[in-house]
Amino acid sequence: MSWVTQTLSSSLGRKVIMSLTGLFLCSFLVVHMAGNLQLFKGDGGRAFNEYTYFMTHNPLIITVSYLLYTSIIVHASMALILTRHNQDSRPVKYAYAKPEANSPWSSRNMGVLGTVLLIFIVLHMRTFWFEMHFGSVPMAEYDGKEYKDLYTVVVAAFSQLWYVAVYVVCMIALGYHLVHGFKSGFQTLGVRHKKYTPLIEFLGTFVFAIVIPALFAVMPIYMYLKVNGII
Amino acid sequence: MKINLQVWRQKNSNTAGKMVEYKLDNISPDMSFLEMFDVLNVELMHKGEEPVAFDHDCREGICGMCSMYINGRAHGPQTGATTCQLHMRSFSDGDTIVVEPWRARAFPVIKDLVVDRTAFDRVVQAGGYVSVNTGSAPDANEIAISREIAEEAMDAAQCIGCGACVAACKNASAMLFVAAKVSHLAVLPQGKPEHLARAEKMVAQMDEEGFGACSFTGACSVECPKSISLDHIARLNREYLGAKLTSTNV
Repeated sequence: MSWVTQTLSSSLGRKVIMSLTGLFLCSFLVVHMAGNLQLFKGDGGRAFNEYTYFMTHNPLIITVSYLLYTSIIVHASMALILTRHNQDSRPVKYAYAKPEANSPWSSRNMGVLGTVLLIFIVLHMRTFWFEMHFGSVPMAEYDGKEYKDLYTVVVAAFSQLWYVAVYVVCMIALGYHLVHGFKSGFQTLGVRHKKYTPLIEFLGTFVFAIVIPALFAVMPIYMYLKVNGII
Repeated sequence: MKINLQVWRQKNSNTAGKMVEYKLDNISPDMSFLEMFDVLNVELMHKGEEPVAFDHDCREGICGMCSMYINGRAHGPQTGATTCQLHMRSFSDGDTIVVEPWRARAFPVIKDLVVDRTAFDRVVQAGGYVSVNTGSAPDANEIAISREIAEEAMDAAQCIGCGACVAACKNASAMLFVAAKVSHLAVLPQGKPEHLARAEKMVAQMDEEGFGACSFTGACSVECPKSISLDHIARLNREYLGAKLTSTNV
């Protein structure tokens, strides 16, 4: 076994893979969030559709998107390998365990939260990504140029209450996943320092576990209220 | 005090164990948890029953032998303490107390509450040392070390190898133990010459023994009788990744 495969198959190496893919997915969330803010523009979806066009035609973005798909698959598969290994490390369970006395709930349930998020990603990609790439999306015309009107698909999806509810629940799961995941990613890489760890913990808790999931959750709620004429 | 004990009884590593209930009537709140077990064992011996096997040695919180998982926590409800430092006054009259051995694949049960922790010895043998010539002790201040670094090394060196970190971790991971053993040498000049090989070999042995991976829940540090910090796990990660990227060991 070469030193590379040996490193990556060690317990620490596997955690490094989790960390790097996880932190990359966090950086994607920021971009995805910023882009989707176009939904709030109130211009009948023009800004959003132009943004979608850019995201599906820019060669750099297309390249990075393949890295993104790979990261999701690697992060989820590695989590499965690690979870099984970790469960095997304690074949006989405690009759009485009190884990809440020494560790936060989110840190002990990353697998469950991750599974919720994986199901969400499949659902989310089926509704939008699949329709955009392989489905039939109506066309819209701005200044004589044709655009796929993904905005209409968004409106249709978020006009259903159950769909909005699923999104909100999944974003709560995202918050709990990231409140532990973001800072742990840095811990795994050994980035822990008196000067920088407080900043990492602030970013992980405030930005990644609260602001980003909250903004993502507001989108379907806003669209639902708007489409149904409540606001 | 009246105490209702539920204790894991297991004849040896090849037989299945089970929880057995014992009622104790004359327990003083000033007894240590181990003394309470002494009382139970004397009662069992008078009745002609097999006493409960449990590990203990110094009974003053530094040997790390007294491995008991008490009411769902390593070494019981206190933090920063071993089982011998836990006293019956931490419980109420009439309480039911559940006592189990450490549970980990790498720590097989030998008998009752005694587990085999030689996995830790093998991890240390893999690289948790400095190779120096024996002979007369070197002059105390021959190598200047700042107080800050000395304290950092001493904090890690406080590890008594009790295994509470493994017992408390949901993954039965030995990361805090290995981190402490790597860290207390890595920060000192004496530990520098061998630091690359040390991290590589000790982590390889840790994996070989069948411990789980670190999920950074922090349970280990909370349950550690010496309150060893998670900073050391970050250092172990740095040492290991640095070693893997820069050592000539291919």
